[in-house]
Amino acid sequence: MAYQFDFLPVLDNADLLLQGAFFTLSLTAVGTLLGVGLGIIGAVLRAWRIKPFNQVFGLYVELIRNTPFIVQLFFIFFGLPALGVRMNEWEAAVLAMVINLGAYSTEIIRAGIQAIPGGQLEAAAALAMNRLEIFRHVVLRPALAKVWPALSSQIIIVMLGSAVCSQISTEELSFAANFIQSRNFRAFETYLVTTLLYLAMAILIRQLLAWVGRRFVVGGR
Amino acid sequence: MDFTFWDILRNLLVGLQWTLLLSLVAFACGGVAGLLLLLARISRLQALRVLARGYIELFQGTPLLMQLFMVFFGIALLGVDVSPWLAAAVALTLFTSAFLAEIWRGCVESIGRGQWEAAESLAMSRLEVLRHVVLPQALRIAIAPTVGFSVQVVKGTAVTSIIGFSELTKTGGMLANATFEPFMVYGLVALGYFLLCYPLSLAAYRLERRLNVTA
Repeated sequence: MAYQFDFLPVLDNADLLLQGAFFTLSLTAVGTLLGVGLGIIGAVLRAWRIKPFNQVFGLYVELIRNTPFIVQLFFIFFGLPALGVRMNEWEAAVLAMVINLGAYSTEIIRAGIQAIPGGQLEAAAALAMNRLEIFRHVVLRPALAKVWPALSSQIIIVMLGSAVCSQISTEELSFAANFIQSRNFRAFETYLVTTLLYLAMAILIRQLLAWVGRRFVVGGR
Repeated sequence: MDFTFWDILRNLLVGLQWTLLLSLVAFACGGVAGLLLLLARISRLQALRVLARGYIELFQGTPLLMQLFMVFFGIALLGVDVSPWLAAAVALTLFTSAFLAEIWRGCVESIGRGQWEAAESLAMSRLEVLRHVVLPQALRIAIAPTVGFSVQVVKGTAVTSIIGFSELTKTGGMLANATFEPFMVYGLVALGYFLLCYPLSLAAYRLERRLNVTA
């Protein structure tokens, strides 16, 4: 007996899916801004070996990169309240994404900073640029330009990884999918449509980041 | 029922074994599938190349959780009774193969065109060139990133807890509910993954450095 595919019960809930997709993108946007910000701070502290933050960030990076995102999320949401740190599911999801992306982008951006030849810093100093100018124009921007593709991939990985946030009942896209399939019993069709939505979002973010990179980081001034 | 610390630890170790087993199965099967995928990806037949590329894009551009659900509910549609263990192994194999094929493609393509041309001028067939000239060199370059990716496979197994496979994370979840000690239990779960993954990360880093020195 062949299975009859029926996508109508899924498409009837298109509004829920689109809303979920919007929340996933919002989570990703906030997580990316704060996570990359944390990564820039960590990368500078690591690259310039500023004690004791150098070691602290080194430990943080290794701890996060060698444990699964879902365990980090559960630890934050279920574990931390034991210490009196309580947060709702959105705060926990954002915090987990920031901590996760922060660790990866620390390593990625550090590689970019360390790839800048020392001569460039000396040249900038010889041009009487102050420390802030040197940092902005000679350290940070060339470093970001060098690692932009790797950073973009990591941001997309974090967006895709956020699907497990439904497990702490954060109402993003995969939560919407779980909700819909529990009502229409069309699990396969629901998850197929959701999967394709994630794929479209990944492609969209890749294009967007490529544009941001060309416009603000790599090209122009 | 009361759980002592040792009860918790013992149960987590059982979960850890399943995590390890699933990682090994996914990595071994994903490696074989990834090699076939690599051959398709660099094939002379355009149709094969396009198919392989689409497959890789699909699995790299969608959440592992969705892949798990697709496999879990997809196999069930065929009328086969599917266990969480089977769905987890199949989904992680598909996931791993896509990433490994793409990593290895980069390694194969880093072998200069001149090598291909030289081997072809010696009247070697395409398969012979791959086997005797390109793959042995590419393999050397591929070791470090492949070991590095194995960390992602181990961490990926944690998501299979969601479809009910009793590996480390799922075991941790059940223990946290039973003992009301989520802080300690999830801390131990994280430690378990760290103990599995950190040596692999370290090995990948060392291999990469050694290769850079000798190359």
